[in-house]
Amino acid sequence: MEQRELVIIGGGPAGLAAAVEAYDQGIRDILIIERDSELGGILQQCIHNGFGLHIFGEELTGPEYAWRFIEEVKERGIDYKLNTMVLDISEKREVLAVNEEDGLLEIEAKALVLAMGCRERTRGALNIPGMRPAGIYTAGAAQRFVNMEGYLPGKKVVILGSGDIGLIMARRMTLEGAKVEMVCELLPYSGGLTRNIVQCLEDFDIPLKLEHTVTQIHGKDRLEGITIAQVDAHRKPIKSTECFVECDTLLLSVGLIPENELSREAGINMDHITSGPVVNESMETSIEGVFACGNVVHVHDLVDFVTDESRVAGRCAASYLRGKHSSEQEDPIVTKAGEGIRYVIPHHIRHQLLQKENKLFFRVLDIYSDVKLVVRCDDQILYSKKKRKLAPGEMESIPITDQMIVNMEGYSEVTVEIQQSGLGVRECKK
Amino acid sequence: MYDVAIIGAGVIGTLTARLLSLYDLQVCIIEKDGDVAMGTTKANSAIIHAGYDAKPGSLKAKLNVKGNAMMEQVAKDLAVHFKRIGSFVVAFNDEEMARVKELYQRGLDNGVPEMKIINGNEVREMEPNLSEDIIGALYAPTAGIIGPYELTVAAAEVAVRNGVELKLEHEVESISEEEDGYRIQTNQDSIQTKVVINAAGIFADAIAEMVGDHSFEVHARKGEYMLLDKSQGNTVSRVIFQPPSKVGKGILVTPTVDGNLLVGPTADESQKEDLATTQKGLEKVLRGAKRSVPSFNEREVIRSFAGLRAVGSTGDFVIEEADGLKGFYHAAGIESPGLSAAPAIAEELLRKIGDVIELNKVENLNLLRKPFKRFSELTNEERRELIKKDPRYGKIVCRCEKVTEGEIIECIHRPAGATNLDAVKRRTRAGMGRCQGGFCSPRVVDLLAKELDLPMEEVTKQGSGSYLLVGKTK
Repeated sequence: MEQRELVIIGGGPAGLAAAVEAYDQGIRDILIIERDSELGGILQQCIHNGFGLHIFGEELTGPEYAWRFIEEVKERGIDYKLNTMVLDISEKREVLAVNEEDGLLEIEAKALVLAMGCRERTRGALNIPGMRPAGIYTAGAAQRFVNMEGYLPGKKVVILGSGDIGLIMARRMTLEGAKVEMVCELLPYSGGLTRNIVQCLEDFDIPLKLEHTVTQIHGKDRLEGITIAQVDAHRKPIKSTECFVECDTLLLSVGLIPENELSREAGINMDHITSGPVVNESMETSIEGVFACGNVVHVHDLVDFVTDESRVAGRCAASYLRGKHSSEQEDPIVTKAGEGIRYVIPHHIRHQLLQKENKLFFRVLDIYSDVKLVVRCDDQILYSKKKRKLAPGEMESIPITDQMIVNMEGYSEVTVEIQQSGLGVRECKK
Repeated sequence: MYDVAIIGAGVIGTLTARLLSLYDLQVCIIEKDGDVAMGTTKANSAIIHAGYDAKPGSLKAKLNVKGNAMMEQVAKDLAVHFKRIGSFVVAFNDEEMARVKELYQRGLDNGVPEMKIINGNEVREMEPNLSEDIIGALYAPTAGIIGPYELTVAAAEVAVRNGVELKLEHEVESISEEEDGYRIQTNQDSIQTKVVINAAGIFADAIAEMVGDHSFEVHARKGEYMLLDKSQGNTVSRVIFQPPSKVGKGILVTPTVDGNLLVGPTADESQKEDLATTQKGLEKVLRGAKRSVPSFNEREVIRSFAGLRAVGSTGDFVIEEADGLKGFYHAAGIESPGLSAAPAIAEELLRKIGDVIELNKVENLNLLRKPFKRFSELTNEERRELIKKDPRYGKIVCRCEKVTEGEIIECIHRPAGATNLDAVKRRTRAGMGRCQGGFCSPRVVDLLAKELDLPMEEVTKQGSGSYLLVGKTK
């Protein structure tokens, strides 16, 4: 069995940033395992711009953003294997992988970083009734056909779900000459970034139908149309609002699921809200020496935050390898998603291991305006900030300052919550 | 001039063709769709029933019990997955328990071996996830599960290898009687044959009517199903039925041979082309399944689908020579337990055909299929060997089901090989997993185009009309 200091599963933005950071912290024996034919992950098919504002202060395309990290990996001479699929990882950090050149690879790693990313939710998961013709694609699969293979999947398109990939594909398909009839969104608000609503829909006069869903698929061989309907407060379709929309293509942008089959099989503790592993401040999972970062932990909307988080994972994996990161610590502080908060990452904080780049990442449950975002330990407020607007579609983060670190000492729980004091109201937007 | 033309490439048509392929005969299978197993065979409960359901003395009863007993050997010869996992028919109250006992008696009359009536505690001891409300069950250890399209693809492969001609996308338009047989006009050609086997599933009555035979009707009864992720595959280890009603065997919960969990079906009268799932139907499936097995996670549904049962008007299978039409055989009304009975039906048809044409065996032909090795099921040693011989078996295309490029290319080039995306899926499981082809379908389309030497735009999902791409980007 081959021995490696650090093996990174996934050569997308998360894996690349973790690898570069671990190298810069002194680790030399690193191997990145990537299942696709090039590094960069899904960024390679995201040819639109808007990546990198936070990290580089400029707007890059996906491939450009990926390229900067690929260059850093190459400059440092970090090993990577392409077209290589990890089949299994064990709790002893043994990795079984396969590719054409090496056949089966068995590698024992002293530390592992999980950076497998996520996959798209499908029609099956939504249980949309009707026929099963050709012409129904996840937005990402359609993006691959258009941007990587150079083929157009259809001409008359409806998009279900207003997540970012759906919005981006609305514009992309339009630019390629398809007619995008509408984007339907089940919720009263879009799950995508505001800038994408403006630049991908409004600029092209594509209607966004909020509180609408698809209730029937028509067509035997190729999609012939769909029935859409408005939904009530319980998100159930209202029969009387049903109408037929002719189209040959339905793109689904209905959510992403962290891809954690390997993590589960290895016995790593999972969070059923994020569908990712439970992690601590070092992005370490419940198995010592196994770290995780990026969309495999929780779905991000900005790659910049993936990079931030992955640098923490890479740095902490390095310090673990140098033996500076003992697991025998005092009981960790547990983070808690309070009122209005869906989840908080990391799940556990070992107070003495916090470092200045640590952040609390979280998402809110609903749309809120003019509320207070609060981080507290019991009655002690560690952080409080007025927020004009909070939306589930935009991940929030709060840097953990030195003062907060000092103030956390002695507590067993830290809560992130929304306080709707004063004029704060939950906004129900049509 | 063919000796035998089989109409319909479902499980009956292909298993019959496989038997006929051993003899010195010109045989063809005429199939309107783009692959085998596209009709009733494709979407059903995938169960090999023990044989206690059908009325004693009926063809259904006789051929079910016989087919069940044959299945081990057939599956072995064809190298397909078959697991004899046993079944429960569970009862929630005394009335249902009485029905369970009736089934037991029927099973005895039909010659079903090894059945037992067990009480609620015994039920839960064997299947801990079953409802606390179950008071007893009929346990039939001889029931099993199989992959219906895997079986059909395998049978077609052997038949084609032995010289049977498979005419896909050939839809029968008319049939006329001729002096020494029949002329079949399809949308693509016109053929002459001495013997016709009508194995056209829900369209068997339409085929019969083409030669003036109105002795039976077939109507479609729709069954909706939900398939769950492999994470739920171990919720039960046997087929869990509820007591049957007039129209069907109730909502069942079963593992599949591939390790998923299958729940369903509904039973609703339907149009013959209507394969649409419905909100109501899917809700009913979930509710019904939860009654027997409350604990599975419905959030893990990865696909729902509907299939049509070919319900014959006579109440039994129609397996006979059409009245006054020499050499024209029906295999009609093949609803449940048709899959279970299929190998026995094929034998029955072969025996009958022997009355009108001479069956002379050809030397060096056999009924065995070369196993299709799934990378995901091999040991690491076997994987190493395989990749050494052909590196394409080291390139994973479908991540969820761990299907390699080698397998996809192999399934395209085998006899009766895949010609479209769904055909690859049914042969290799690429696209069957939790991402439902999100990652692999662009790559599989690319491989199909390369291997079949087609432009990308001509690759289809499931045969003509189901195009996937409309053209190149700007």
